[in-house]
Amino acid sequence: MEKVVDIKRVTKKFGDFKALDEVDFSVRKGEVFGFIGPNGAGKSTTIRILLGILKATEGQATIFGKDVWNDSMEIHRQIAYVPGDVNLWPNLTGGEVIDLFAKLRGGRQTKRREELLERYKLDPTKKCRTYSKGNRQKVALVSALLSEADLYIFDEPTSGLDPLMEQTFQEDVRNLRQEGKSVLLSSHILSEVEKLCDRVGIIRDGTIIEQGSLEELRHLTRHHVLLETTSSLDGLRDVEGVHDVNQDGNTYRFQVNAEQMDQVIKFASQYPIQKFESAPPTLEDLFMRHYEGTDEVVE
Amino acid sequence: MSELFKRSFQLFKLTIRRDRIRASIWIFALAFFTLIIPGSFQNLYPDQQDRDAMAVTMENPAMVAMVGEGDLDNYTIGAMSAHQMVLITAVFVGIMSILLFVRHTRTDEEEGRVELIRALPVGRLATLHATTMYVVFVNVVLAVLVAIGLMVQPIESLGIEGALLYGATLGGTGICFTAVTALFTQLSDSSRGATGWSIGLLLFFYVLRAIGDIGSEALSLFSPLGWTTKTMIFTENHWWPIFLMLAFSFVVLLLAYRLNAKRDLEAGLFPSKPGKARASNNLLSPFGLAFRLQRTAFISWAVGMLLLGISYGSVLGDLDSFFQGNEMVEKILVQEEGYSIAEQFISIIMTVMGMIATIPALISMNKLYGEEKKSRLELLYAKPVSRKTMMGSYLLVAVINAFVSVILAGIGLWAAGSTVMDDPVSFGTMIGASLAYIPAMFVMIGLSALLIGLKPNVVSLTWVYLVYSFIIVYMGNLFQLDEWFSNVTPFGHVSQLPVDEFEVVPFFGLIGVAIVLVVAGLTFYSKRDIQG
Ligand SMILES: Nc1ncnc2c1ncn2[C@@H]1O[C@H](COP(=O)(O)OP(=O)(O)OP(=O)(O)O)[C@@H](O)[C@H]1O
Ligand SMILES: [Mg+2]
Repeated sequence: MEKVVDIKRVTKKFGDFKALDEVDFSVRKGEVFGFIGPNGAGKSTTIRILLGILKATEGQATIFGKDVWNDSMEIHRQIAYVPGDVNLWPNLTGGEVIDLFAKLRGGRQTKRREELLERYKLDPTKKCRTYSKGNRQKVALVSALLSEADLYIFDEPTSGLDPLMEQTFQEDVRNLRQEGKSVLLSSHILSEVEKLCDRVGIIRDGTIIEQGSLEELRHLTRHHVLLETTSSLDGLRDVEGVHDVNQDGNTYRFQVNAEQMDQVIKFASQYPIQKFESAPPTLEDLFMRHYEGTDEVVE
Repeated sequence: MSELFKRSFQLFKLTIRRDRIRASIWIFALAFFTLIIPGSFQNLYPDQQDRDAMAVTMENPAMVAMVGEGDLDNYTIGAMSAHQMVLITAVFVGIMSILLFVRHTRTDEEEGRVELIRALPVGRLATLHATTMYVVFVNVVLAVLVAIGLMVQPIESLGIEGALLYGATLGGTGICFTAVTALFTQLSDSSRGATGWSIGLLLFFYVLRAIGDIGSEALSLFSPLGWTTKTMIFTENHWWPIFLMLAFSFVVLLLAYRLNAKRDLEAGLFPSKPGKARASNNLLSPFGLAFRLQRTAFISWAVGMLLLGISYGSVLGDLDSFFQGNEMVEKILVQEEGYSIAEQFISIIMTVMGMIATIPALISMNKLYGEEKKSRLELLYAKPVSRKTMMGSYLLVAVINAFVSVILAGIGLWAAGSTVMDDPVSFGTMIGASLAYIPAMFVMIGLSALLIGLKPNVVSLTWVYLVYSFIIVYMGNLFQLDEWFSNVTPFGHVSQLPVDEFEVVPFFGLIGVAIVLVVAGLTFYSKRDIQG
């Protein structure tokens, strides 16, 4: 698969503080890549390095095979970017800003402008000073969606949008994907990532700790299992892959590594089972583990 | 009622803590410049005879326009210090008050800090009230320091009452402009607007006083800076101007408080109208954007510089008639053979105007960093816009600003001067005298570009440097300062036309320095991280 974004061992220091420590991941052509991690993990810093706004202390990052720092002008002709915190000029109108951005990008001016303004319910005659946070974000979104870019970089683009607008945005991302565009989407809204993304990278304390498709990631984590029997399950704790056993009478709750589910079922089948429930990990479980910074991540 | 002011005092303490270094620098710098003056005059003019001779030159309307009225019949060290220094110092105290005030009201509001605070159980007027208390406090501390510092000097003519009045005059002027700024922070809807309007009014008051002091006495009474010069410190010691200042401040503050209680956060009382849905073509480039963002300021400064030139030009006629037949004065002032008093005066005034014209140029250049701090560059740099294009656009706006400001000042001076002078200076000479300042202004712009590239958080040092240049050139006329002081400012190398010969080497030397600074600035700026 062709890599649109390729980040290799990128380190970024602010003075003595290491914001990124050998970050390594890639976004493939035509996919929506979810970029998640707790506050201050380094998502925006990574994105700013990709945009050539910050310079990596070490390592190499490329977009379309070009160096993000040296060839930023060429790269920027083909990308669109929406930051989480959109700061605009108080005395320009939203419409003026959208036109300015379109012109600076130099791309084709599409006739979809009116349609998108309508779709996002944005009044282009208002001065930016009077826009709410969500409306400022819409200005950047409309401008990005107008741009016919090949790669879209969104840094928490929906943090100020209402649920309806959020849905509109999700539809638009799906459309982009169908058109074969690539998307790098940083977000805190896990359901959004779950719905939209083909692959996910998780960053914590400036290091990528997981990267892969949701299926792959799920595979790496544990399922929640509930077992009810009429007799006690001796030896359950010794079965390989079983963790955190919680016993309440003859009801057992525990977690199982995905790969070892087979052994657990074999083991349990020796007993008179009344109830067997197994829940796959939600994305949320997956993140909670990383967000909380516990060491329980399966190697 | 007290609900409105709730927690003001806590905010006041917080403000002092946040600003303790900034405020201390202002206070000590202003006190220092005030306190070294009497001693220096003592050295320069030890005898009453010398001072009386100086008093005669001070009767010159151009000098009156610049420093205001004084008690020239009683020109002791004290009277002389107060006469020559109190107005100019008071202007800087006013500027200090304006900058400190806007910083803690409008700027905080724009950056969302006030919103955070209003969400806490604090009164609606608490921010405004705390800032007012804070800036008044800074002025009072300055007044006390100046008063004590003058009292303890072993110079006979520095009496206790005069020392107190000197401090009170500086503090009182500062409080007047605190109140004026409090009002403009309500009327205008941005920090730049509030600063611009307040400084504009300060300059207007200065000019109003100048016109009043030269002829139409009554006009000075409508200007707080007129009151500043009416105190006659160390001789007659008038206190009434202080009471006038306090009453004025009280009324203006009351108005500001009323307006603040009424208006919405982040709004001004001048309403915003709906704008255009589409951008016009001349906005659609980095330069177009940079220019558009500063258009209002650009026009205001252009008009201001023209008016400044006109107001100085209008006294040129009086100069000639004043000096006619006054042998004594001619002996003292006319050292340069073949040049009239008016021409010498023009040289000096052009220096002052050249430096004032540098203010809008520096504002334009420094705005590049202001935009970065407000995280407005991030979205632009995500487009195919290079760092060099962006900095180049701001450089171009700054250079245009420099040209327009200094030339309009020159044109104003020429236009007004030629209607009142018997033997007017030619248009070409005046434009030449204006353009002579361009290289020095370029150096200041280049310095700003270098700092923005290299160490942007200290870019306000450009202001310190401009103020230094101003003081050196202003004082250089009063004292025989070492050459070294004026050699380290670009303005020290400008040929002061028409009295000086035009010198080619410093002219192109300064341009060369400016180019080096700009190239270095562009290079460093292209290499560094952008904060947002
Ligand atoms: N200019 C800077 N100077 C110093 N430290 C910085 C700078 N920019 C970011 N940091 C630090 O780098 C770390 C990563 O910040 P970053 O903004 O990339 O986090 P993030 O993952 O985007 O967080 P969030 O989810 O809150 O947006 C943080 O600890 C932040 O404080
Ligand atoms: Mg972020």
